[in-house]
Amino acid sequence: MSLNKEVEVLRDVPLFSKIDHTKLKLLAFTSEKLIHQDGQFLFREGETGDAAYIVLQGKVAVFIQTEKGPVEVAQLKRGDVVGEISILCDVPRTASVKAVESVQTLKITKDTFIHLLTEFPEIAIEIMRELASRLNKTNIQLREALTD
Amino acid sequence: MEKTLFKFIWRYSKRDQIILLILTAISFPFLYLSLDLPKTIINKAIGGKDVPEEIFGMTVDQIDYLLILSGAFLALVFVNGGFKFYVNVFRGQLGERMLRRLRYSLLARVLRFPLPQFKKVSQGEVIQMVNSEVEPLGGFVGDSIALPAFQGGTLLTILIFMFIQDWMLGLAAIALYPIQGYIIPKLQWHVNQLGKKRVRNVRVLAEKIGEAVSGIEEVHANDGARRILARFTERLGVIYDIRYEIFRRKFFIKFLNNFIAQLTPFFFYSIGGYLVIKGDLTFGALVAILAAYKDLSAPWKELLTYYQRLADSRIKYDQVIEQFDPQGIWPENYQMAEIEADFSLAGNVSAGNLSILDEESQPIVEKLSFDISKSEHIALTGPSSGGKDLATILMARLLAPDSGQIVVAGKQIADLPEAATGRYMGYIGPNAFVFNATLKENILLGAMHRPISTEGELNEDLKNAQLSGNSLDDLGAEWLDYNAIGVDSDAGLQKRLIELLQVVDLDVDVYSMGLRSTVDGFDDDQLLEQILTARKKFRERLDKSDISNFVESFDKEVFNSNASVAENLLFGTPKGDSFNSENIGTNAYVVEILERVDLKDEFIRIGRDVASTMVELFADLPSDHEYFSQYSFISSEDLPEFQTLLARSERLGLENMSTEDSNQFLSLPFKLIPARHRLDLITNDIQKRILEARKLFAEEIGDELRDEIEFFEAGHYNRSSSIQDNILFGKIALDKANAIEEVNHLVTEIIDQENLRPMIINAGLNSQAGLAGSRLSQGQRQKLSIARALLRRPDHLILNEATSSLDSGSQTIVMSNLLSEMKDRNVTWALQRASLAENFDRVLVLSGGQVVEDGSFQDLVKKEDSVINDLLREE
Repeated sequence: MSLNKEVEVLRDVPLFSKIDHTKLKLLAFTSEKLIHQDGQFLFREGETGDAAYIVLQGKVAVFIQTEKGPVEVAQLKRGDVVGEISILCDVPRTASVKAVESVQTLKITKDTFIHLLTEFPEIAIEIMRELASRLNKTNIQLREALTD
Repeated sequence: MEKTLFKFIWRYSKRDQIILLILTAISFPFLYLSLDLPKTIINKAIGGKDVPEEIFGMTVDQIDYLLILSGAFLALVFVNGGFKFYVNVFRGQLGERMLRRLRYSLLARVLRFPLPQFKKVSQGEVIQMVNSEVEPLGGFVGDSIALPAFQGGTLLTILIFMFIQDWMLGLAAIALYPIQGYIIPKLQWHVNQLGKKRVRNVRVLAEKIGEAVSGIEEVHANDGARRILARFTERLGVIYDIRYEIFRRKFFIKFLNNFIAQLTPFFFYSIGGYLVIKGDLTFGALVAILAAYKDLSAPWKELLTYYQRLADSRIKYDQVIEQFDPQGIWPENYQMAEIEADFSLAGNVSAGNLSILDEESQPIVEKLSFDISKSEHIALTGPSSGGKDLATILMARLLAPDSGQIVVAGKQIADLPEAATGRYMGYIGPNAFVFNATLKENILLGAMHRPISTEGELNEDLKNAQLSGNSLDDLGAEWLDYNAIGVDSDAGLQKRLIELLQVVDLDVDVYSMGLRSTVDGFDDDQLLEQILTARKKFRERLDKSDISNFVESFDKEVFNSNASVAENLLFGTPKGDSFNSENIGTNAYVVEILERVDLKDEFIRIGRDVASTMVELFADLPSDHEYFSQYSFISSEDLPEFQTLLARSERLGLENMSTEDSNQFLSLPFKLIPARHRLDLITNDIQKRILEARKLFAEEIGDELRDEIEFFEAGHYNRSSSIQDNILFGKIALDKANAIEEVNHLVTEIIDQENLRPMIINAGLNSQAGLAGSRLSQGQRQKLSIARALLRRPDHLILNEATSSLDSGSQTIVMSNLLSEMKDRNVTWALQRASLAENFDRVLVLSGGQVVEDGSFQDLVKKEDSVINDLLREE
């Protein structure tokens, strides 16, 4: 997959939707594209994380460790982001992510991401807006859950 | 060191100076004859008076006589010239020899400075003094006695000649000398004072330069460059003023001298002319006197210059010497004395009443006493200024206490030469220093104290060294003390070195350095064969595994998408500069090959596209952004130029651009790595043509470029690539997750299976440590220094916060390895953290320069109010 196609995928990621095309291209250019084989882990629960992954092609499965063993909680596909929390704050991985077929991802390291934010503060504002809207959504869900 | 310059000269060059004097004395009669002969030629041979009838029994007429005398004159010219030549060479050699001696003795003294002296004299000053300040002294030493004798003698000879011709003219010639002799020294005195001032100021400048270089990180981190530059400016200004003043005064003296010298001919023309007219003086004599006077000004000038140089040299010598004669300089014996063959320091250590005073004579260590038995492992701990570090420095005899004594194995260490303390004890401080040599050479320094085998005869170089009082140790001899290391062969040494690396937990680091190093320089074909076998085995294993596509092997017929376009085209490793990444795009042969496969225009087009992407991505970034060096194909300085080029290509079209402009794009595609950069510019068709170019490139390369590249060949070891690259023989797939880890893991497996690890560690040991060990981390430098001290199996190992830069995991390993390595031998270790003391037999807690607690860790910790408990709580 070429850089330009990767940028198209990035455009569809809600977190990046408002970000200028050139900046997305820079983000893609300074990031590694990785292929994970079927069954290979992107990362495991409890590890310290330093990168987020954007799925470019294929599917990944998200697992959470329970008393009865790992339980699959979600499957993610093209345009989805995993592990983004750990490039924003230092928390261990909250879930394991595994490739369920051959998967192409763009690995965005914490350093790359922070660079992007410091160089282009307008991106930071976009990210904040996105995070705030997520928080709002969570609040609404929480309220609904409490009133149920 | 001799107190005055002339004492130094006389003591070390008496014989040579006397020879010079004798040579000079012998030359004078010839000089006198060469002055006298012209008169005879003019008056007798040319004038025709008193032509002898026969010479040596042969009858001669006037013409014969003239020819004979002229021939004699010519012969005298040769003899005088010969004397001058021989004397000059002899003098030059003498001067160089004495300069060599002076430099050597200064350097030898630096090595004997007591350590506190280095707080007072900076590195910059020492270098300045030894290198530049003493330089003119060498020339002066050769001249010091012979020159005044020769020039003075010449002057005298000429004067005597003049006086014999006519005393009045002689008197006229020297009439103004007393005036010169009175005024010049007075003027010179001021110049001398300025000279002294200049020397002092240049030294300060040297010190400031040294400071700026050593402290460069601080300068940058605190935005201090402008202040430093202002300080330099101030210093340079002071030096400028002094030098200008010196020149002004010097040229005034010169002017005065010249003026006076020009006055004298006035007397000759008037008085001499009068005498000739009166008939009291022959015309020939006047010509001879005038010729002689011309010769007179040269020696007189030389004498005056000599006087200035003498003054200069004296100042320099005095100023240098006083810096190299500090109080408490160690006696020469400390470094030169040897010890008996059965010497040993294995035994108890007993320190009594040690005191050290600081510069204000306040005690920093007071009445410190302790006893350590032969095989004890002792931890020294305490607050940071409590004296634990000084205790180790005293024990290693790097510092002499102001009072008190240390006895080791029944011997006063104050009396021992370094041959004892530096071989039977090992000391490692916190600022482990690593020299600019290979890692191996750095470790072996620990057992290279003196040449082991010396030939009976001194070779030519050493004979010369002897004449200058330099060291007679042959640097080319075997220095390594195999006995001290406890091995008897190179193979044994090799094994021991690897063991030591394991002890200091450096083996893995050195192994990876080895993997990354090239083996250029060592010629064991068998080992290279083994690496080739490893290459084959590696590929076999890889093919059988499920990660076979993690390495894209080099294949002559296939484009490697994980390698750069340059590597794909060259299909080899550049050896010189012709094909390196900077030059490949402008290399005439490469461009010719591109043209032949119709790639040149394509490359220009691709280069244009690369440039446009780079401009798009990076134009917004500040010019010092790290992305430029990490990711951009175009440096921030060149970016604006490419912006202009792109605009031009937009306007004119690529085909219509000047060749000079379009060639700018040509070098960009070479850096493309398709799998990494994903710009989709290297299409299948281009790849095919690059392969054609690859073939053509290899086939038609000329002889002079053939040595600039080493091609990839499956059955051939590539000496220009690293060992790792030789085993891989391909590129790690950049887009496979975890590829690097998995591949490295497999490489290590193959290496161990083929028993190549020792050889690779050896290659790592042969890699360079860099200036002051700059290629190693501080922790690695500390480990290397510990290995260096362990190499000679010391009876006492003394460590002063020697593992402070290690991470705690590595520190635990090194400590436990060291303690078991030194089982049954004494270890005394000043620790940076009290909790580390747990592993030792006994703990001494030092505070306020005294031992305040002494006992096992467990016992000390049991006492609630013990100092060690305070220290542990603070951690």
